[in-house]
Amino acid sequence: MKFDTPATRNPIDQMRVVGKPIDRIDGPRKTTGTAPYAYERHDAAPNQAYGHVLGAGIAKGRIVSMDTAAAKAAPGVVAIVTTLDMPPLAKGQTNVALLFGGAEVHHYHQAIAVAVAETFEQARDAAAMIRVSYAPEPGRFDLAAAAKDAPLSSGDSEEGSGAPAEDRVGDFEAAFAAAPVRLDATYTTPDESHAAMEPHASIAAWEGEKVTIWTSNQMIAWGKRDLAKTLGIPAANVRLDSPFVGGGFGGKLFLRADAVMAALAARAAGRPVKVALTRPQVANNTTHRPATIQRIRVGAGRDGRITAIAHESTSGNLKDGKPETAVQQTKLLYAGANRLTSLRLAELDLPEGNAMRAPGEAPGLMALEIAMDEMAEKLGLDPVEFRVLNDTQVDPEHPERPFSQRQLVQCLRQGAERFGWNRRNARPGERREGNWLVGMGMAAGFRNNMLTKSAARVRLDREGVVTVETDMTDIGTGSYTIIAQTAAETMGLPIEKVVVRLGDSDFPASAGSGGQWGANNSTAGVFAACMKLREAVAQKLGFNSADAVFAEGEVRAGNRRAPLGQAAGEGGLVAEDLIEYGDLAKRYQQSTFAGHFVEVGVDAFTGETRVRRMLAVCAAGRILNPKSARSQVIGAMTMGVGAALTEELSVDKRLGFFVNHDLASYEVPVHADIPHQEVVFLDEADPISSPMKAKGVGELGLCGVGAAVANAIHNATGIRVRDYPITLDKLLDRLPPVA
Amino acid sequence: MRPFTYERARSPAEAAAAAQRPGARFIAGGTNLLDLMKLQIETPAHLIDVNGLGLDRIEAAPEGGLRIGALVRNTDLAADERVRRDYGVLSRALLAGATGQLRNKATTAGNLLQRTRCPYFYDTNTACNKRQPGSGCSAIGGSTRGLAVIGASEACIATHPSDMAVAMRALDAVVETVRPDGTERAIPVAAFHRLPGDTPHIETALEAGEFITAVTLPPPAGGRQFYRKVRDRASYAFALVSVAAVVQRDGTGRVALGGVAHKPWRVEAAEGELPRGAGPAMAAILEGARPTHENAFKVKLAERALAAVLAEAKG
Repeated sequence: MKFDTPATRNPIDQMRVVGKPIDRIDGPRKTTGTAPYAYERHDAAPNQAYGHVLGAGIAKGRIVSMDTAAAKAAPGVVAIVTTLDMPPLAKGQTNVALLFGGAEVHHYHQAIAVAVAETFEQARDAAAMIRVSYAPEPGRFDLAAAAKDAPLSSGDSEEGSGAPAEDRVGDFEAAFAAAPVRLDATYTTPDESHAAMEPHASIAAWEGEKVTIWTSNQMIAWGKRDLAKTLGIPAANVRLDSPFVGGGFGGKLFLRADAVMAALAARAAGRPVKVALTRPQVANNTTHRPATIQRIRVGAGRDGRITAIAHESTSGNLKDGKPETAVQQTKLLYAGANRLTSLRLAELDLPEGNAMRAPGEAPGLMALEIAMDEMAEKLGLDPVEFRVLNDTQVDPEHPERPFSQRQLVQCLRQGAERFGWNRRNARPGERREGNWLVGMGMAAGFRNNMLTKSAARVRLDREGVVTVETDMTDIGTGSYTIIAQTAAETMGLPIEKVVVRLGDSDFPASAGSGGQWGANNSTAGVFAACMKLREAVAQKLGFNSADAVFAEGEVRAGNRRAPLGQAAGEGGLVAEDLIEYGDLAKRYQQSTFAGHFVEVGVDAFTGETRVRRMLAVCAAGRILNPKSARSQVIGAMTMGVGAALTEELSVDKRLGFFVNHDLASYEVPVHADIPHQEVVFLDEADPISSPMKAKGVGELGLCGVGAAVANAIHNATGIRVRDYPITLDKLLDRLPPVA
Repeated sequence: MRPFTYERARSPAEAAAAAQRPGARFIAGGTNLLDLMKLQIETPAHLIDVNGLGLDRIEAAPEGGLRIGALVRNTDLAADERVRRDYGVLSRALLAGATGQLRNKATTAGNLLQRTRCPYFYDTNTACNKRQPGSGCSAIGGSTRGLAVIGASEACIATHPSDMAVAMRALDAVVETVRPDGTERAIPVAAFHRLPGDTPHIETALEAGEFITAVTLPPPAGGRQFYRKVRDRASYAFALVSVAAVVQRDGTGRVALGGVAHKPWRVEAAEGELPRGAGPAMAAILEGARPTHENAFKVKLAERALAAVLAEAKG
């Protein structure tokens, strides 16, 4: 199905199943522990051995020698594979860091060996017995030091948020110099870890030349392609299966060492091998959100209208890596005739920086939306009003491109109303409750809506059950449920009559889970396949498909009706199709919007910040399932609190690694940190986005939250912190004196 | 985790005797030891399980205090009516630590013997005098935000992570032990934990094989009791700074600090300054502090945390 003109009325608009807050259909399996994650696929292949990965103990240099004698002789050991056994493996299309092979060490905890044994404990013990001799080399680990000479670089995060190296509209410098009210400030965001509950894990089994990987991955088609390339085998010889994923956040978009090491270990052991990365390896072996240094300049007239806006960001990465596209949203969020954005990239020898939930916009808005708060203060304007004043309904760089829908102002207005924004004291540091300094902050949320083709296969059986197969993944988001709702709606079935099977590379290739594109695109693909199935059904039963009504498990036309299953016959009826897109995304700018509102208390004595309440008002097209969508947004808001207050991979700038590589020291929010959260979705359907008229929300829920927290801290204390995370040590010197 | 042998001890004396075996370690709740074994930071050859020794009672001590069995779980100790009534600082400290699940397993003696959370101690690729004596200290000059500001040495700047021990220090608790030769002794908690000096791997006054049987609290100190733990997130985090305080009506009292040193930090001689306020008192308590650039904030934080406690004591 080619989607190249705006959607008209279609079966999804019935909204009998779609749009309902249906419990997730995989919920009972999740809550009873019967939804197996990759490492738990004990029955997938017989006689599984355990592989344990050894990570490099230096950040940069060369391995001189590896002594595996003791490891090989250890009890239960089946095989030892070391990086010196083979040349550097080819890199997958989406990989920056080398995953295995050769003597060169490019970053700390790069995989350099895998020990395979009968038990997990034996494998772990054997891996520790491998004696490695290194020739370390000095590395570059300090972004601030490297930023000075960092060259311009364009960026594309693989999650769609691309940005050119430098982009200019009008004459920024002249307009900024002429502006009566100006801000020029620099903000920093730290390296962050995805820290999914489930670590990266894979089981590999070879059958002749073919390998099957039961894994935990967001993007099955990418994983299949890149594993084949890395191993140097035809893609047809690789199968990936990832039906349940215990959190991804972008950390499992790509092929990582777990899958490669499992495949190599299984080949060496001659039997299936399972591998999970350890928690420290998740921090230093896999990818992370790279730190940024962002300079923002805003010039405005005294009326509050922005006349000049510049956003320049510098980040670091391994050689051939990409910059964090933190300036992306600044191209689109606010009006202003004179604009400049630029990206610089410093080469560092830290682990690979890559996409993490809302790459680009998440750290970009953490900076931009503090800058907007600061400007509002300079202008003496309410922060909500300042944003409303600078709203744009067209792409400011290309005014001929309207937004397909843009209800940012409505999000902000409704949010302000619901949150009681009018009770905020515009003078900071004046509201006190006991020992708490209390403040409110807000920020705009923004994240683009990306379109990418997505295929599905649907099968009808004689019982009237429709089975959907697509390699789409459910990383905790609710994909199973919204796909079932889509098929049920389109085929006129109750949701109980739909079976959804996901995550297998033998299924048609989907959009996958990333860039908050999964929901809209994967369901649109399922819709396309179902529409094809409807035609096949109508034809089989002798209906004119244009007249046929699919409802309550029947096909009806005029006074004739037939049960759906009747069309299936003995062998069932199968249809496969994909959604693919024309140029609507070029003609219209498609984005999602939010107003984030936060109230914090800051302990007047200690500077501890505790969030008191949060509200997100989101405009993101049709909400396919308000319950799972809300889960996505509150999870993202929680992540935003972490980014604002605690999350920072601490870099040892001498040794070149992330020091706090466990969940005791890399502090994500715990339950006690997260108070009342409220989420409102504006009633919206965007006919430009797809036949589903939906967009993404999973990343929107994060975008802007950090700045809303920062702005609330400022409102509470009068202290402006521009370096995340806003830990108490950054407030302490400027808090009011205590007796 | 290296392979190890395992036995269940049947009496404290038997446990102490068995512990003379090379590489032997006691295991109770295992909430710290097992994690460290998995990382091969601890590599005991032999584990002596002491859970079955019946040391899990809290009894009235003859002199008017409480005698807490070494194996009393943190949850039970925090919930004990006498502890809640007469030793509030201890109950509060316990409840500020770890999680419900961990407190259900963790024991009184084990809590005292927790090892540091210095991140370099936890990464076996780095040098650490505590993990591998003589290898050096990677933390000095590295990531030090959570590390010691006072009492540290050129060999080690780690902190002691326990909350409970800080309260025990404020309460003048006494650690009772039995040695492999069967002799018993009582070690004031003040002398129990050591500063790192040149031997940061030696963390307590315990001799080889010496086994903790109980911790005794003296008669109630009265006053109002506080445990103010300051941390980045609201729960499940180690203290940046914590203040255990017993404050009397007249403004006198006792203060012990967590998160600042290799052991619970208390300077009795400085406590005379308490009636003059948090500033003078903390200046005396932390006199001679040598923080790093990254953790200098702890000095001010300790003063402000104490100010919060003193304000609450007045209120």
